[in-house]
Amino acid sequence: MSISDEPRLRTLSGLPIEPLYTPAGLDTSGFDPAGDLGNPGEFPFTRGAYPTMYRGRLWTRRQIAGFGTARATNERYRFLLAHGQTGLSTDFDHPTLTGYDSDHELAEGEVGRLGVAIDTAADMGELFDGIPLEQASVSLTINHPAIVLLAMFLHNAERRGTPWSALRGTVQNDSLKEFHGQKTFALPPAPALRLTTDVVEFCTKHVPNWYTISISGYHTREAGSDAVQELAFTVAQGMAYVESAMRRGLAVDEFAPRLSHFFGVHNDFFEEIAKFRVARRMWARLMRDRYGATRPESMRMRFHTQTLGSTLVRQDPLNNILRGGLQALAAVLGGTQSLHVSGYDEAYDIPSEEAMRISLATQMILAHESGVAATPDPLGGSAYLETLTNQLEEAAMAYIERIDAMGNGSMLDGMLEAIVSGYIESEIAQASYRYQQRVESGDYTIVGVNDEYSDDASNAGSLELFEFDYAEEERQIERLTTVRQGRSETDAAASLRDIVKTAQADGNLMPPILTAVAAGVTEGEIMGALRDQWGEYVDPGVF
Amino acid sequence: MQSSPVAPPRILLAKLGLDGHDRGVKVIARALRDAGMEVVYLGMRVTADQVAAAAAQEDVDVVGISILSGAHMRLMPRMVDALERHGLRGADADGEVLLLVGGTIPDGDVEPLRQMGVDGVFPVGTFTAAMVDFIRTGVKREAL
Repeated sequence: MSISDEPRLRTLSGLPIEPLYTPAGLDTSGFDPAGDLGNPGEFPFTRGAYPTMYRGRLWTRRQIAGFGTARATNERYRFLLAHGQTGLSTDFDHPTLTGYDSDHELAEGEVGRLGVAIDTAADMGELFDGIPLEQASVSLTINHPAIVLLAMFLHNAERRGTPWSALRGTVQNDSLKEFHGQKTFALPPAPALRLTTDVVEFCTKHVPNWYTISISGYHTREAGSDAVQELAFTVAQGMAYVESAMRRGLAVDEFAPRLSHFFGVHNDFFEEIAKFRVARRMWARLMRDRYGATRPESMRMRFHTQTLGSTLVRQDPLNNILRGGLQALAAVLGGTQSLHVSGYDEAYDIPSEEAMRISLATQMILAHESGVAATPDPLGGSAYLETLTNQLEEAAMAYIERIDAMGNGSMLDGMLEAIVSGYIESEIAQASYRYQQRVESGDYTIVGVNDEYSDDASNAGSLELFEFDYAEEERQIERLTTVRQGRSETDAAASLRDIVKTAQADGNLMPPILTAVAAGVTEGEIMGALRDQWGEYVDPGVF
Repeated sequence: MQSSPVAPPRILLAKLGLDGHDRGVKVIARALRDAGMEVVYLGMRVTADQVAAAAAQEDVDVVGISILSGAHMRLMPRMVDALERHGLRGADADGEVLLLVGGTIPDGDVEPLRQMGVDGVFPVGTFTAAMVDFIRTGVKREAL
């Protein structure tokens, strides 16, 4: 079988692929090297965020980790830092992500299971115990309760004597993608967006080197979207945040340099490279032309990339090491600022230490052995790649125009409408179903799954999987109980009342939340007070 | 004797706990519907008890649970229990409801899940066609 036997050659998001691309063909398509590419580090940043790219500084190797109690995750952090990791990223468990304490009814079985369990500021202190916060940049992967977890982090920095201005790191704080991507929402869209903007406003004034939002496409892609949708909805989310902060009275050049992005990387090598390049170009053009940014830092998109967990296959799991390597290569050729390579065993469970060691080695082989880091955007100018880059931009901009129209010229209102009406959810559900049909029909070949050599046995061989210790759940609930017993109930209740009062009065919620976490108030109690105030989002379940 | 048309199988799908990974369950919902079955998707963040109550009310033949949080060994015994309490399985039940689970399930958990009373276990990567076949074989619904 040759690949041209497949019904029609097109990229994974459905863009047609011609039999041959030539420089002459690219010239006649209206491609403008000066306007469309520019130099690396210059508008529109298609060729890279920085002039020298990896010659100047390699990407940050940032493997996400989190499981069990804060103590267990702290140990994994020390292991990763000792094995070549250069930044930290925290995965929280589902109860933490959704704003419930570890002893809530719905939390059973999920406490510490897919991420670390954090209920109180004391847990957060233990998570980063002994890790120099001034040196290791930290990423907190949390969204609707971002303001609470960041308050716990800031409280601990203060306690350790680290000035807030010395802190480098990121809080994901991307509330809108929760409704169609990660699905760990806690609040309805409008109040969730308000909290996101509270964090932007507070950090702009008080934590100047912190990245206030990591505008994320990764989860949208994991939810089944294609590359065009990942690109379009991520940029659209970013536009909504920019408009929300501007409505708050912040100047675009004041906060935009501290926005960052986060993408997934899938199997279609060239489409993915094109996606990263065009994401930078779209963001630069929108920030300059639509929002009036004047500082280059406001237009320059920087992003983290993670190889997509959903591309990992159960059959012959060692083959996932190759998939991760190719995806990581696409991210590097696309100019990522930091990278996570998913563990080859993640179709079975969260990754073992062995899998994480191989993921880090994958990154180091790319960085040091392959030579791809030697010059910026080495594929720039390729007729195929530039054509794809233009096609992706056109398709993504069509989505953005549709959403903009839903908000009558406001992307903030447009995104809220696109979410509440189920439009985004439904677009993603359709793409996700199309992909599954392509795999099941054999139209898209995945080795070991639907190719001619596949059999039904899921040849896991002698994989040594991560072993979760359910006693971690009991230990966490004990810790939570201890904090509740040791605090002043009067102070705790007073600080919760302050939070509710501020919520009703439209003030910034960070100051009262900082007071509350210092008084031993739990994440679930704070989010519970906000849920009582604003209600809880119920997923419409569109399929 | 003239045969009357057989009613399509009725399926209730849901996600237990706080797990937000709903891509798979929605693809399955669509595939089962396209295969002519009647699908009720109860959504996410529900308890075993809510699922069993809805299954009784909707008079379904199959309950399909999606769990990608790793909590299946903790939550599925509760699901079996809840179906028994609502009279949908066990000695007192009038025809047993099929119970399926799909998600991130290590090979070593498949047999223990069957032992506890789960009829079908479908790890990530299972083709929807295989689930359709399993349900068609498992549900022999006679026309009224």
